[in-house]
Order: sequence, then structure tokens, then C-alpha cells
Amino acid sequence: MYWFTKEQFHTYQETEKGVFGLFDTPEQILHAAEKTKEKNYEGFECFTPFPVHGLDDAMGLPRSGIPWVSFFMGVFGCTFGFLFPYLLHAHDWQINFSGKALNAWPAYIPVVFEVTVFMAGMSGAFTLFYLARLGKPDRKPLHPDITSHKFALWIPATSPNYKESEVVEFIKSLGAKEVTVVK
Amino acid sequence: MSMTALVKEKLGIVPLVEGGKTYKQISDEILTPVDSFPTKLWWRAFLLSATITIIDLAIIGYLMYDGLYILGINNPVGWGFFIVNFVFWIGIGHAGTLISAILFLFRQGWRTGINRAAEAMTIFAVLTAASTLIIHIGRPWLGFWLFPYPNERGPLWVNFRSPLIWDTFAVSTYLTISLVFWYIGLIPDIAILRDRATHKVKKWIYSVLSLGWVGSNRAWSHWETVSLILAALSTPLVLSVHTIVSFDFAVSILPGWHTTILPPYFVAGAIFSGFAMVVTLMVIAREVFNLKQYITMKHLENMNKIIMVTGLMVGYAYGSEFFIAWYSGNEYEGFTFVNRAFGPYAWAYWIMISCNVLSPQIFWVEKFRKSIPVMFAVSIFVNIGMWFERFVIVVTLHRDFIPANWALYIPTFYDFAMLIGTFGIFFTLFLLFCRILPVIAIAEVKTVAPKLDGGKH
Repeated sequence: MYWFTKEQFHTYQETEKGVFGLFDTPEQILHAAEKTKEKNYEGFECFTPFPVHGLDDAMGLPRSGIPWVSFFMGVFGCTFGFLFPYLLHAHDWQINFSGKALNAWPAYIPVVFEVTVFMAGMSGAFTLFYLARLGKPDRKPLHPDITSHKFALWIPATSPNYKESEVVEFIKSLGAKEVTVVK
Repeated sequence: MSMTALVKEKLGIVPLVEGGKTYKQISDEILTPVDSFPTKLWWRAFLLSATITIIDLAIIGYLMYDGLYILGINNPVGWGFFIVNFVFWIGIGHAGTLISAILFLFRQGWRTGINRAAEAMTIFAVLTAASTLIIHIGRPWLGFWLFPYPNERGPLWVNFRSPLIWDTFAVSTYLTISLVFWYIGLIPDIAILRDRATHKVKKWIYSVLSLGWVGSNRAWSHWETVSLILAALSTPLVLSVHTIVSFDFAVSILPGWHTTILPPYFVAGAIFSGFAMVVTLMVIAREVFNLKQYITMKHLENMNKIIMVTGLMVGYAYGSEFFIAWYSGNEYEGFTFVNRAFGPYAWAYWIMISCNVLSPQIFWVEKFRKSIPVMFAVSIFVNIGMWFERFVIVVTLHRDFIPANWALYIPTFYDFAMLIGTFGIFFTLFLLFCRILPVIAIAEVKTVAPKLDGGKH
């Protein structure tokens, strides 16, 4: 069931030290993520050039919580989009336009709709920027090929059961072509 | 179970990306035009459209200095070419949103080959459309009066019951949401450009634009959700925008405008003209940038089918309007339509009918649906026809209720300059886009590319 949990707002973890291995196909990274989850490495991460189907489940990530933000901001936009013209025409600035009612609410619907869409869409986008920790242009990828055609599994040194030699061996055993230790 | 190549062949499933490419090849090939020095052809096209834009800006400057009276607009036809251009360009934009949002919700994998360029087309078309509105105000520096803002003139607010204010809200929301949707889709692709760039300045620019995207799956998970939300919001948004544009006409009480058919008729027409523009641009882009294996015949054929269907809808609307004009027994309505088809602007009406209703019928034949020259010609005809559709709607107002008011609308040099200028602005922006950003959504194409290991999925 999809209900509000804090874990739905998982964020990109900025980690400096650790080990990463490079894989060639989405199938390999899926398999590697499943195995790594079993090993209980905390805060491990997969880097891929495109969204890999099923990787969220393999990593044990819950569904994103952004729909909650969009929904509530949409409701806010809807309320605001109605109250603004209503308070304005029926109270603040009462002018009779060709004998129409002061509170001619059906005429507000286009504006109410547009404001709702605007608030829901923009809040979703800004939440993405916040949760993915975007807006740090000086951040470097682990390997320049990751954004193009390589798949990386990253195990950070912050994980409690992290032992460098063990982790290197583990990633190699998963079939990584290239394993690099970042210190 | 994996679907073997043989089964796919038997079922006639065509790969969305041809040539069995690796992920690296996909990145390399799509980014070739961005990495290399522009070709002569690009420079020629760019210089031409940039020159038109600069001349257009100068003419706009003169128009502001001298006043709108130098245009052909008069009392019954108070809107003229500006509103025709506005509706035309807003309509062009709608196909981009349709491809990126509605086809996304329907899980149409084929959209990935064309959605980036179509969304760019949307944004530039809406910007072009907005520019015609701002110029039409006559005092563009007061354009912000369209928005409700607290001001020093006492409680003085915009009228929320006016379709012109609905339009302001619809167009500005549409522009922002489309821009954000496009940009969010671009971030991972800009990150590829950043990681490939060797020149310092280029690397810096792409670093800033990519916002530090590194491809983390936690980020991808949110990214996919936001794409879905924006697609779900854009779908009703795109319908609302052209509905509201049609309200500019339908809410008035003029014969020929005051009809309930206008919203669906405008939306169908918008999709129709927008797809024609996408075909025009894609046929050129796949030749010039050598992207034939990404924008395949399947993409083009699907778009041609949509052009045919929406062309029939538009044709039905033309017929229905005529029928209701007669069936309602309203003599003003009846006169307006007879005047459209047989009055002084009959030539425009028949250009509209032959371009919009007759020319797409050729797509019933599969051979023509798959022929590049035929589809290119039809797409140009449809663009011309859809411009004339708006011209017919706006200009046949020249004979209103009082015969003493009757006058012809004769566009002057300045009207034509504004029309040509909009094409200059649009193509300048589009050509720049093709040079500095990937024309195909690389990350999304990779998700639909056939797997080299036999399609295990």
C-alpha cells in the first residue's frame, strides 16, 4: 500500500570515501544491487546512465514521496486560485461588469485550474531539486563514463560494516570489470 | 520470458532504435552535432533566420515608435495578423506537449525518439506566440499590467471574468510547466555533455546547467516520479490552454465565434498543426544530423497517422459549423458562413479546406505515408492551411451587424513583416537548440534501445 512514510523522501547521499565497481549492463547492476542489499551495506548507491527498471526494488528503495508534495500544493493552489479572484471581485474591488453577479464564480474556473497545475508542477520540480541535491555544479561523477554507458555500484566508507579489502573482493565477485578505491 | 528476435520478427515488432547500437554508440552519435563544428548548411540557415529576426526587431521598434495604425487593422477587424500568428504558434506548441506528456502516459515507447525536439519546439513556439501578444498591446513595456499585482492606484485589479486574463494565466503556466518539464528531462543529458567536454568554458557551462547530476539511483527514482507528475499535469494543461485560447473568441457574442464547438475544434486543430510542424522539423533534422536510425520511418508513419486523424476531426468541425449555421436558423450566423465560403475572402477559405481536409487524405495509402517527399509536402500544406484557418476565423469579421461598418482588412507591409518575423524568431531559437543541446533524449532512448544480448528484459 502507498501511504505516507518518511523513507519515501530518500535523498542523494553525499559521501567522499568508499569503493566503486563498474558494470556494463543494467542486468549486472540489478543483480549487484540485490546482492549488496543482502550484505547490509548501509547507504550504498547505484549510478546509472538512465533509469533502470526494477533497480528501486533491488536496492530496497520505497516509491518516491513527491506525489504527496504535489498533491498538497495542488490543493493549496486550487484554494488560493479561487479565493484570490473571489475576495478581489466580491469584496475588495466591487465593479459591476454588464450586470453580472459580483461573485460570478464559474468565470474563475480557468484561473483556478491554471494556478492548481502551476503549484502542483512547480512544487514537484523543486522537491526533486532538493531531494536529489541538485544545484551543486562542482560535484564530480565517480567516473566520466557513468552518465554515458557504464553502471556503477558504490559502497561508502561510512557504512558500519565497511572493510576495504572485503568490499573490494565482494564487488569483484559480483563481476565488476573495474574496481576503484576512493580515499 | 525473453522475447526472441524470431518471435519479434514474426509479430512484426519493429525496433525503436535501428542498427543494434551499444549505449556508448547512442551517446556518441546523438551528440555528434553538438561536439563538432557546425556545418555550412547550419550556418546558412542560422544566418538567414538570425537576419530575419534582427530586421524584425528593428521593424517592431519602428512599430512601437510610430504606433499600431501603420498596420492594416480597422474597426471590425481589430485583431488582424497578430492574433492569427498567436493562435497559430500556440497551436504548433501543442504537439510537443502531446508527444511528451500524453504519449508518455500511454506508455508509447516510440515517443522517446522525438520528444526532446518536440518539447523544444513547444517552448520556442509559445515564446514566439507570447511575443506577438506583447507587441499587439502597443505599449509592450506595460505588459505586466496583465498580471494582478498590488499597485498604488487604489484597489485596482484585473478582471478575472475576462478571457484575456484567462489567456495570460494559461499561456504563462503552459510556458513555465513546459520549460521545467523539458529542463528536468535535459539534466541527465547535459551531464553526459559535461563529462565529455574537453574545452574549459564548455565544461563550465554544462556543469552549471547539469546542476551536479551524477546519475544516482535515488535521484533517478525521484526524477521518474516527477516526469510522471508533470506528464499527468501537462495533459489537461495542454487541453485547457487551447480551450482558453478558443474562449477569446467563443465568449464574445459575434456570429461565427460564439459557438460551443470552438474549444474541441481548436484543440484538434492545434494537435494537427503541431504534428505537421514536428514532421517538417524532424524530416530536416534526421537528414542534416544523420539521425535516421533514431528517428525512424516508424516514428514518421505514426505521426502521419495522427495528422490524418486530426485532419479528419478538423474537417468534421468545418462541416459541423456550416450545418449548425443553417440548422440554427440564425440569419447572422448563416450569413457569416456563406460569407466565409463565398465572400471576398473565399480564396482563404478554400486554401484552408484544400490544405487541411484534402491534402492529409493521401495518407490513407501506406506508400505515401512512408514517403519522405510526400509527407514533407503535406506537412507544409497543413501548416499553411492551419495558418489560414485562423485567418479565416479572425478576418471574416469584416462584415459585422451594421453594413455601414463593412470594410476589408488589407494587411500592410508591417503585418507581413510581423508574420515573417515570427518564423525568424522560432527558427533562430530552434537552430541554436540543435547546436548546443542533444536533439534526442539520450537517457530515454537508451531505455527503449533493443538489448544486444537478445532482449532479456
